Amino acid sequence: MIDTKEIEHLAELARIEVGKEETVALAKDIEAILGYVTLVQKVAGGTGVLEEHKEHMLVNVMREDSAPHESGAYSDALLSAAPEREGNYIKVKKIL
Amino acid sequence: MIDLKNLTIKKAHGHLTKGDFSALELAEAYLKNIEAKNKELNAYLEVFNDVREQAKEADKRIKAGKAEVLTGIPLAIKDNILIQGRRVGAASKILDGYVAPYDATAIKKLKDKGAVFLGRTNCDEFAMGGSTENSAYGVTKNPHDTSRVTGGSSGGSAAAVAADLALAALGSDTGGSVRQPASFCGVVGFKSTYGAVSRNGLIAMGSSLDCVGPIAKTTEDAEIIFDCICGKDALDSTSIELSTINLQRSIKELKIGVPRNFIETEGIDAEVLKDFNESLLRLKKAGAKIVDVDLPSLQYALACYYIIMPAEASTNLARFDGVKYGPRISGTNGINDYFKTRALFGPEVRRRILLGTYVLSAGYYDAYYGKALAARSRIRMDFENVFNKVGIIAVPTSPTPAWKIGEKTDPLSMYLADIFTVTANIAGIPAISVPSGKTKAGLPLGLQLMAPVGGDEKLFNVCKSIF
Repeated sequence: MIDTKEIEHLAELARIEVGKEETVALAKDIEAILGYVTLVQKVAGGTGVLEEHKEHMLVNVMREDSAPHESGAYSDALLSAAPEREGNYIKVKKIL
Repeated sequence: MIDLKNLTIKKAHGHLTKGDFSALELAEAYLKNIEAKNKELNAYLEVFNDVREQAKEADKRIKAGKAEVLTGIPLAIKDNILIQGRRVGAASKILDGYVAPYDATAIKKLKDKGAVFLGRTNCDEFAMGGSTENSAYGVTKNPHDTSRVTGGSSGGSAAAVAADLALAALGSDTGGSVRQPASFCGVVGFKSTYGAVSRNGLIAMGSSLDCVGPIAKTTEDAEIIFDCICGKDALDSTSIELSTINLQRSIKELKIGVPRNFIETEGIDAEVLKDFNESLLRLKKAGAKIVDVDLPSLQYALACYYIIMPAEASTNLARFDGVKYGPRISGTNGINDYFKTRALFGPEVRRRILLGTYVLSAGYYDAYYGKALAARSRIRMDFENVFNKVGIIAVPTSPTPAWKIGEKTDPLSMYLADIFTVTANIAGIPAISVPSGKTKAGLPLGLQLMAPVGGDEKLFNVCKSIF
């Protein structure tokens, strides 16, 4: 059972401000969606990728831990997208 | 006057190289149509102001005798695919004002061929939805009946192609977002084998499911675009070089499997089922052998999808915090900035983030996410087994034709409309939707064909011979 308290907790975890009215609507919607997706619990066997199928599933691909490009080549383009910037830093409010 | 209605990429290429019209004239013809129709349809969120310059560049290349098939071809691009120096926003307020700092790999490949980008098209916010009603910038209307939705999430791209506001388009498909709007708008939509097209520069939703794909008027056109954008890319570690398997050039002797138990459920529209059976008949007449197949785990596909996708989306969308891109809404302190900024996400995106947060939380992880991964293995195994017996699987693209704008109010009923499309994303297999007929009221319907991993070209070949 999903109540508004649980929605508030999830919103806190997800860092999203949610209004009072919306928590009621979200509780109802998420309850209904979870009611449907609970169907997967009927799948036989354990949880996670099944042992007998592991070799077919996607695997992580790593690259060499080396510099992929010249240092700073993209810094300006990426920093320009930030809402606030100071020199080569992204600016945020004081944390400590 | 250029006859846009009957124009295809291949025909346009012929005209451009023969000099019947220039790339500039072609672009002008589309701009004129956009001017006349986009206000009502809302297919484009932005029409680029340098379309004529792009077309002139293409004309230079054509004059120099260096034209390739996509040179000068006017395309529409979904608003979640990055083009360097241009606005892109996933139809969300949280990316308001964001300018792409680099080209998506698919875009770079199209640019190399001299394609012309007309503008960015509307979609459901962060590609979350099946009707384009979740866009923060208004719904896109179906060109076949403007009281109805285009489908989604790539609704703007599908409407643009259907209404001759672009010759072809790019969309993205996480659970049917290319195929379903293509079927609702009477055009072709293709989702490749997972990884065949690089995801670099596609704004992520569900990374193990997302595929960039073409929407076009014919299968041949969709194939031309796919051939251009596919390939392994160092910037997407999940991308692959497709090794074409088991290519069957003729439809004769092709075995097509139909999962009857899965299709004939209560939610399916009678006209959709009738049209689907007629399509099977056409395939049979062309020499294909139609057999019943059983994929028992398909009953879990939609539930599996609506756990894995929100789980991945909630993780992917954590990066939108008002620090690195888009606007920042200032709160009382640093952390409060996050809460205020992330409130810019629309209702459906918030819903999926919370849902994803729930299924990944300690205590629920095994029961939901863990079980969904197990279901995904079972579904993949079912497909592998069936593809040992048949070359292709056929299902309708959508259980219903396009619905009325505003008709589906609760999220679960909207999710259920994805029943036939999510399976290909879960299994990572290629699937195509081709126009198969119309309802009595004149609404387009689509037939969906699926092939095993690597069977992309096989799908093109079968569709080209029949539809």
